[in-house]
Amino acid sequence: MSDALLRPEVVREISGADEFGIVEKELTIFERLYNLGWVRKTGLLIVLALVWEGYARHLDNPLLVPTLTDTFQAWREGMESYVLPERIFTSLQVLAIGYTTGVVLAGILTVLAITTRIGTDFLETMTAMLNPLPAIALLPLALIWFGFGIGSLVFVLVHSVLWAVALNTHAGFRGVSNTLRMVGRNYGLSGLRLVLKILVPAAFPSILSGLKIGWAFAWRTLIAAELVFGVASGKGGLGWYIFESKNQLDIPEVFAGLLTIIMIGLLVENVIFRTIENRTVRRWGMQT
Amino acid sequence: MLDKTEPPPLLDVRGVTLRYKTRDHLVTATYRVDFSIRQSDRFIVLGPSGCGKSTLLKAVGGYMAPTEGEIMLKGTRITRPGPDRMMVFQEFDQLLPWKTVRQNVVFALETSGKLRGRAAGERAMEYIDKVHLTRFADAYPHTLSGGMKQRVAIARGMAMEPDILLMDEPFAALDALTRRRMQDELLGLWEETRFTVLFVTHSIPEAVKIGNRILLMTPHPGQVKAELNSVDASAHPAEVAMLEQRIHDMLFVDRVEEDEHV
Repeated sequence: MSDALLRPEVVREISGADEFGIVEKELTIFERLYNLGWVRKTGLLIVLALVWEGYARHLDNPLLVPTLTDTFQAWREGMESYVLPERIFTSLQVLAIGYTTGVVLAGILTVLAITTRIGTDFLETMTAMLNPLPAIALLPLALIWFGFGIGSLVFVLVHSVLWAVALNTHAGFRGVSNTLRMVGRNYGLSGLRLVLKILVPAAFPSILSGLKIGWAFAWRTLIAAELVFGVASGKGGLGWYIFESKNQLDIPEVFAGLLTIIMIGLLVENVIFRTIENRTVRRWGMQT
Repeated sequence: MLDKTEPPPLLDVRGVTLRYKTRDHLVTATYRVDFSIRQSDRFIVLGPSGCGKSTLLKAVGGYMAPTEGEIMLKGTRITRPGPDRMMVFQEFDQLLPWKTVRQNVVFALETSGKLRGRAAGERAMEYIDKVHLTRFADAYPHTLSGGMKQRVAIARGMAMEPDILLMDEPFAALDALTRRRMQDELLGLWEETRFTVLFVTHSIPEAVKIGNRILLMTPHPGQVKAELNSVDASAHPAEVAMLEQRIHDMLFVDRVEEDEHV
């Protein structure tokens, strides 16, 4: 080494903890509370509720904007008279039938799509064509084909669920690493057993997000369809409840109906799907 | 030297040519490769990138069929993947992420029909103990380090007690220190159970350290250059260095300039 690059070595004593001011100190209670997402959001909701209540009282026109208290009152009355629960039950029943049928069909289509090449082509063509078509646009046709009954609703629901779920599931299957497939085949798995035991769990993050998108489409489509189409065999759903209340100029009830739709939507997304997510893909470290 | 009194080979690879198609090309990965592996061999296939060693391993695994020649395991022709030849891959994602360490091993045993229920659980724990992961038996793979994941994959392969364990550069993606420890552990496991292993690598020191028999392959297409005996673990470092140098010269004699960096 040349002398120009030679310099003395440095070794230092590390200073003790007492020489620093703060190493670690707890934040104040307010700071810690403010760091919690749900606290901030609850705060926002309270502010919005106050604004609503204030504006509605100022306007003093229940036909345009009922007060928040009136809305809750209408909601409570609806629940207590069993009108609202009945409507909710009708909606959810139709939804369950349509959603399940759609998911099962999507499963069959994707299994066909990964096992045969023509199946892939079929799925890709159909999703490309039908995915952009809003399900509600099919309602007039459905009414002609299936009449005023659950059949029409189920038909549009299946359409809204099927393509979203199939598209995601198929993408998920294709994204499964070749190594995992080889591991599965190494155990002697093939065909449907390979799909069920390796591909489905490996693609579960995509499948789950497909199911979530499908649910969101289905829920919106169902309410819209009920609004347009009204009552099926004497029993209407939530959409019908809103429509009916509007016709009777019972605006607090309209708001109560909207509130119920929001609550059910939140419940399914944040409780049901969140629980599934926490128990599966998050626990497995397949999604952060 | 093959002698008439010696036992028949466990795995016999005869004149195997492997070709596969890419989007635009038909690639010949190996050309008329011959070798045979006996019980308890630590057989290494060593060669630079592009010598078809991984493809060869896939063919032994049954994932692709030779265009020429045949691969026999215990006298039966290999036609498809099966639990009698367990693969250990290089990739860390070879464990099923939705199963814990123990479940990964149990799943292999149960799905292939080797063992069921309690027997499978006991066998799984026995091999998880062997790779020193007892404390992590109920952990999910994403919480493990790369080296631990590879240990699980090895435990899974060994728990199946296959005729032959196929390892495709299992330590290549590990850091140098972990790799050395894993090599020692693998040799330790071999001392205990004397399993047969076919190990693919591009590292000469790894080949010399792990193998008892080394097959050298040259690239484009992969052909057998030599089949050598390795040295004992107790061998003098100078002996090891000499063998490494000899292998290096054989593999790179004509191609020093283009392949030195591999």
